[in-house]
Amino acid sequence: MGYCPNTPDDIRDMLAVIGAASVEELFAPIPAELRAKSFDLPPGMSELELMRLMREKAASCGADITPFIGGGIYDHFIPAAIDHLASRAEFYTAYTPYQPECAQGTLQALYEYQTTICRLTGMEASNASLYDGGTAVAEAALMSLRITDRHKVILDGSVNPLHREIVTGYLHGLSAEAVDVAPDGCASDLARLMASIDDETAAVVVQSPNFFGSVQDFRELAQKAHDHEALLIVSCYPIAMGLVASPGEMGADIAVGEGQSLGNHVSFGGPYFGFIATRKRFIRNLPGRIVGETIDHQGRRGFVLTLQAREQHIKRHKATSNICSNQSLCALRGLIFCTSLGRKGFEDLAQLNYDKAQYAKSVLGAVRGVNLLNRGATFNEFTLALPKDAGEVVQRLLDKGVAAGVPLGQYYPDMEQALVVTVTEKRTKDEIDRLAGLFEEVLWS
Amino acid sequence: MELIFEKSVSGRTGVRVPLSDVPKAASLPDAVRRGEPVRLPEVGELDLVRHYTNLSRRNFSVDTNFYPLGSCTMKYNTKVTENAGGLFASCHPMLALLPGGDKLVQGPLAIVYELERQLAEITGMEEVTTQPLAGAHGEMTGIMVIAAYHKARGDQKRKYVIVPDSSHGTNPASAAMAGYEIVTVPTAPYGDMDLDLFRQAMNDEVAAVMLTCPNTLGLFNPHIAEICAIAHEGGALTYYDGANLNAILGKVRPGDVGFDVIHVNLHKTFGTPHGGGGPGSGPIGVRGDLVRFLPTPRVVRREDGSYAVEDHPEGIGRVSDFFGNFAIMARAYAYITLLGREGLIEVSEQAVLNANYMMARLKEEYDLPFDQTCMHECVFSASRQVQNGVHAIDVAKYLIDRGFHPPTVYFPLNVKEAIMIEPTETESKQTMDAFIEVMLEAARMAKDDPERLHEAPVTTPVGRLDETRAARMQQVCCE
Repeated sequence: MGYCPNTPDDIRDMLAVIGAASVEELFAPIPAELRAKSFDLPPGMSELELMRLMREKAASCGADITPFIGGGIYDHFIPAAIDHLASRAEFYTAYTPYQPECAQGTLQALYEYQTTICRLTGMEASNASLYDGGTAVAEAALMSLRITDRHKVILDGSVNPLHREIVTGYLHGLSAEAVDVAPDGCASDLARLMASIDDETAAVVVQSPNFFGSVQDFRELAQKAHDHEALLIVSCYPIAMGLVASPGEMGADIAVGEGQSLGNHVSFGGPYFGFIATRKRFIRNLPGRIVGETIDHQGRRGFVLTLQAREQHIKRHKATSNICSNQSLCALRGLIFCTSLGRKGFEDLAQLNYDKAQYAKSVLGAVRGVNLLNRGATFNEFTLALPKDAGEVVQRLLDKGVAAGVPLGQYYPDMEQALVVTVTEKRTKDEIDRLAGLFEEVLWS
Repeated sequence: MELIFEKSVSGRTGVRVPLSDVPKAASLPDAVRRGEPVRLPEVGELDLVRHYTNLSRRNFSVDTNFYPLGSCTMKYNTKVTENAGGLFASCHPMLALLPGGDKLVQGPLAIVYELERQLAEITGMEEVTTQPLAGAHGEMTGIMVIAAYHKARGDQKRKYVIVPDSSHGTNPASAAMAGYEIVTVPTAPYGDMDLDLFRQAMNDEVAAVMLTCPNTLGLFNPHIAEICAIAHEGGALTYYDGANLNAILGKVRPGDVGFDVIHVNLHKTFGTPHGGGGPGSGPIGVRGDLVRFLPTPRVVRREDGSYAVEDHPEGIGRVSDFFGNFAIMARAYAYITLLGREGLIEVSEQAVLNANYMMARLKEEYDLPFDQTCMHECVFSASRQVQNGVHAIDVAKYLIDRGFHPPTVYFPLNVKEAIMIEPTETESKQTMDAFIEVMLEAARMAKDDPERLHEAPVTTPVGRLDETRAARMQQVCCE
């Protein structure tokens, strides 16, 4: 199957204009000894055959499993309007808005996205999105190095372990140091975090709600960081922002997070988007693309990519980062998601997640031998101590069609029996009750 | 057009949140509770649908306009691969990382594995990882792999990465992100990195050389194997920027030429949509002895034919949460499978034919700084038009009025007033002829009526925008 429209006549006419005898002649600049040694791929197929093949693959992709898993990626409902609007070809098959006059659609949408992120996080300036939540945390850490001209980043151990791995990797080549501070049970060890801050510290990175589901007050931590002219970076779960105090309210200097839960499908790992927002005074240190408002020669409002002097195509190796794309389409989905819920709907959605998780906490916590490990508040995730290896329990429940949670042993070696359970608005009371029954069965029979 | 926030009416709602089937919980403690609701717009669903539908109509796109944006490879995105890629929307990636979870997600794991094999064959590399989330992310990952290689050999003094001055800005930026200092080598008069200056720059402190071939001018560098050999002799590794892979499918494989690491922009070569600036996907391939440094985790195929996820303990760690931008990868996998061997070869042949046709027809009126057979794109200069006060940007804006997305302008940096045209293989001669006519018309107008070009565009919702004002105001969200 090919999508090349030119007919043999077209090709003949074009070759005549070029003055070449054949298409192959156009590849003459490539010396014979550099030609491909192999190109061993099967022949193409028809659309019908392709869809048959792809449906076969899709038949085995866990679609019949009831998920109580998160790990930063969440199974939230997606209003129908999002797929319809985001798949409009004018958004979908456009490129980066390098020519603003014929890209006002993308540019205005990204400006609205930036506004939405600022309002969710309680910050003043947002970029037009980053690759994903993990790389967003890493970019925020790099941003803090640039702002403070220091080399130490304190990483709270209750930050998503996958994200911490990415941060450590990003810092590795830069002779910057990531200092891990182990959590106290399921919460950040605020006393140790504060004691770790010194005049070498660029930033402290925490997460709310954290990987165990706990929600904490970081105001004192922010104050302590600021006393040492260090920054506070808070990674947050955007759906929680309908109910939980925002990074801005906590005194954060940079807010980041994974945007997937805002209208993006879980899709086995992506595409998602990361968000990053900050105080206006740090705007020149924000990585990636930023859309700004301006006017044309007649005074009409319009939008352009702005502050590009920070970017790789102008600054090359002196750029604030190497990023040359955002996740525009995913960010658009996030924007439409937030807009379709609106002020009240967004709050209601967060409340619903919270209520369902609180209910799950009560029924799962009541199962014999099961204990709740979070001491303080949680949003829609919580951590249970099981009387058995959590990995084994999860494996047995998968056979019954339920992904009961994320076992912590692989991330925290001393937490082999701990399980993080996630409950979104999509989980029904019946599903939660069934999970409690399955726990009882697997643990005690 | 009004912002969605300006259309908000207090009390109006769009999507309804389901009623709760559980008791209302006790309130969160005040110290961790949000003060005020998020100030999101309050609009009905129809208002929302009209707003974003009308916004979309203020965009040019491949499906609505010819988009010959050089180096970005804006080809038609086949619709069946869209359908295919969408089949995996509800598959949670964490399933693959749960004990015993891999058996539930064999389909998507098979796609990751098979796509990696396809890309390894296409590029001539030993192994590929799909983890990087965009081309530039792949560049950074590739350079991190190179750094790990030198470190494992105890070769700690290498602190430089060489890039040609015509390279994509991401190359030096990515190398800097991985902790290297940059050495820039100028372009020789024939359009490639100056071989003598490169030899002089090469020493035992160089970790890697980053190149694309065909280069940023759309030209194939006949000295490419020699450059690789010189780099290797000096103990450096060679990095291939796969941005221009669309030109050489089945013709040249970077691995055969002597490159050690490559990234591939799936959204360029394998026809996944650009989405207004992402998501992309930037897998990297490496030759044999670098495989152990690839990021964790890896998808492997067991002897019984099933797929599993394994840690990759010697690797550079994790560069994204899971397996990369999977839904994009699935589209690229579908595209490669759909076109097959012959289809992919045809892609490159027709892309190169189209670019050379464009070049042949336009070179009478526009300066062609490097006049030789090009690959998938060609670079003109508007320097002749500048004599009449018309710049590349003026030509670009006039094209918008005539329904064409402009080519890339002012890149590469080593061509003054650059106009970089990449038609791709999916455009017909008739579409290109129409574009060529308008380009020739602009050239005539530059002589006869330059003012009209300065005024363009006049058909768009806004005219030329004041970029300086935007940078000065820094108005990046509405109050």
